[in-house]
Amino acid sequence: MSGYQQRLYRQRVPLFWWLSRRSYFAFVVRELTSLAVVWFVVYLLWLVWAVGSGPTAYQRFLDRSAEPWLVAINVVALAFAIYHTVTWFAVTPQAMVLRVRRRRLPGQAIAGALYLAWLAVSAVLVWFVVIK
Amino acid sequence: MPEEITLRVSRYRPETDAGPTFQEYAVPLREDWAVLDALNYVKDEVDPTLAYRWSCRMGICGSCGMTVNGEPRLTCGTFLVDHAPGPIQVEPLRNFPVIRDLVIEMTDFMHKLGSIQPWIIRDESADDASVELLQTPSEMDEYRRYSMCINCMLCYSACPVYGLDSKFIGPAAIALAQRYNLDSRDEGAADRLTVLSEDEGVWACTFVGECTRACPKGVDPAGAIQRAKLVAANEAVKAFLLPKWARG
Amino acid sequence: MNEPRTSPEPFLWLLFSAGGVVAALTVPVLLFLFGLAFPLGWLDPPSYVDVHGLLHNPLTRLIVVGLCGLTLMHAAHRLRHTVRDGLQLQRHGDAIAAACYGAAALGTAFATYVVLTRL
Repeated sequence: MSGYQQRLYRQRVPLFWWLSRRSYFAFVVRELTSLAVVWFVVYLLWLVWAVGSGPTAYQRFLDRSAEPWLVAINVVALAFAIYHTVTWFAVTPQAMVLRVRRRRLPGQAIAGALYLAWLAVSAVLVWFVVIK
Repeated sequence: MPEEITLRVSRYRPETDAGPTFQEYAVPLREDWAVLDALNYVKDEVDPTLAYRWSCRMGICGSCGMTVNGEPRLTCGTFLVDHAPGPIQVEPLRNFPVIRDLVIEMTDFMHKLGSIQPWIIRDESADDASVELLQTPSEMDEYRRYSMCINCMLCYSACPVYGLDSKFIGPAAIALAQRYNLDSRDEGAADRLTVLSEDEGVWACTFVGECTRACPKGVDPAGAIQRAKLVAANEAVKAFLLPKWARG
Repeated sequence: MNEPRTSPEPFLWLLFSAGGVVAALTVPVLLFLFGLAFPLGWLDPPSYVDVHGLLHNPLTRLIVVGLCGLTLMHAAHRLRHTVRDGLQLQRHGDAIAAACYGAAALGTAFATYVVLTRL
């Protein structure tokens, strides 16, 4: 051996690695949909507080919710929430192997069931909130 | 079709360089040439000092992984015409230390593969040594996909978590563990669980999914990891709820 | 032989997964109703009597707390990893985790307070 020392070069991950590829960026957007979930909790508790404070407070909440800036926030939050749902349903079949009578369920069957569940839960919530 | 295409190749000579630099080579743009053929042309005809790994040149040995135009690719399966008019940038695999030019240090990867005990673990005292263990085709299908790994390390190169935290055990190691855990002849899932259920085991994964996208053999390590998380979580809940004598 | 210390990671992941399913199924329609449909007049909002009756129900109150708790845990888990990886703050991993899950716990406690005392 020549006594020659190996000098390894360590490649550094750039700070904005998540901007360097479309798939990395889509991943970070998917993770940031959790901010919309946090907003949802804030908004829900605001509603509950208003309802608990009486009819005038409730009406004030409804009026406030029609203001353009709040509608804008909710449009963005809704878009993020839907993106969360769609990406969640897209990866769940990859993460789960379900068997019915020894045959593996195809991913589309699992995804279809998830979308049906989404429809069912949404219908139940609409019924309780709007109709009942 | 133009006659030539330019390769921009990362060079790093530890005896003289502080860091990598790029060197350009003009190579013939042949319709059936892969990037590996172009590199071999450079080494044979232009610059014999270029260092890189390769072997089978047909996508089964896993030696020739490099970063081509920013993507982790097997250079034997990446064709010049698909990247024409070029230039084609060839760098070492990301997330690994570079030894020289396009050659990376892979000892960490080898240790991680070994750490999940990649062999059949079973109590052989009841086995008849003169007869092989039987397995039905559907039993083999359970783990078949995860047995296709050629240890090319493209998944580690694609994984941002591994890039930021090299203690993460990584996609190929977990997929390999699943290959054995799901093998009907194996009885070692509990042994492997100790390593997989560490914080730097399956729990460090955030399901980016880039490993599956980069894999040239369709192993789907991301799917293997999420399935392993479910198993590990089940075991953790059982360990938490049941006293020691009741656990299986 | 010592038992290895029980890691919280599997339980955090289970809560994250449950919260993810709950958020995926319930958040879009609720945001749509209270964020767009009622304010913009596409649908009539429930009357005060109806909505108060609905929320006052103990089962609904439990569901509200469960919804807030699980979805906040889901968000905390995701944001903990995103902040750590996106800003390369591996050294501060434990502090970031404590801050995220702590905030989720506080949020859930606040939700419980609101539901118990303000309805």
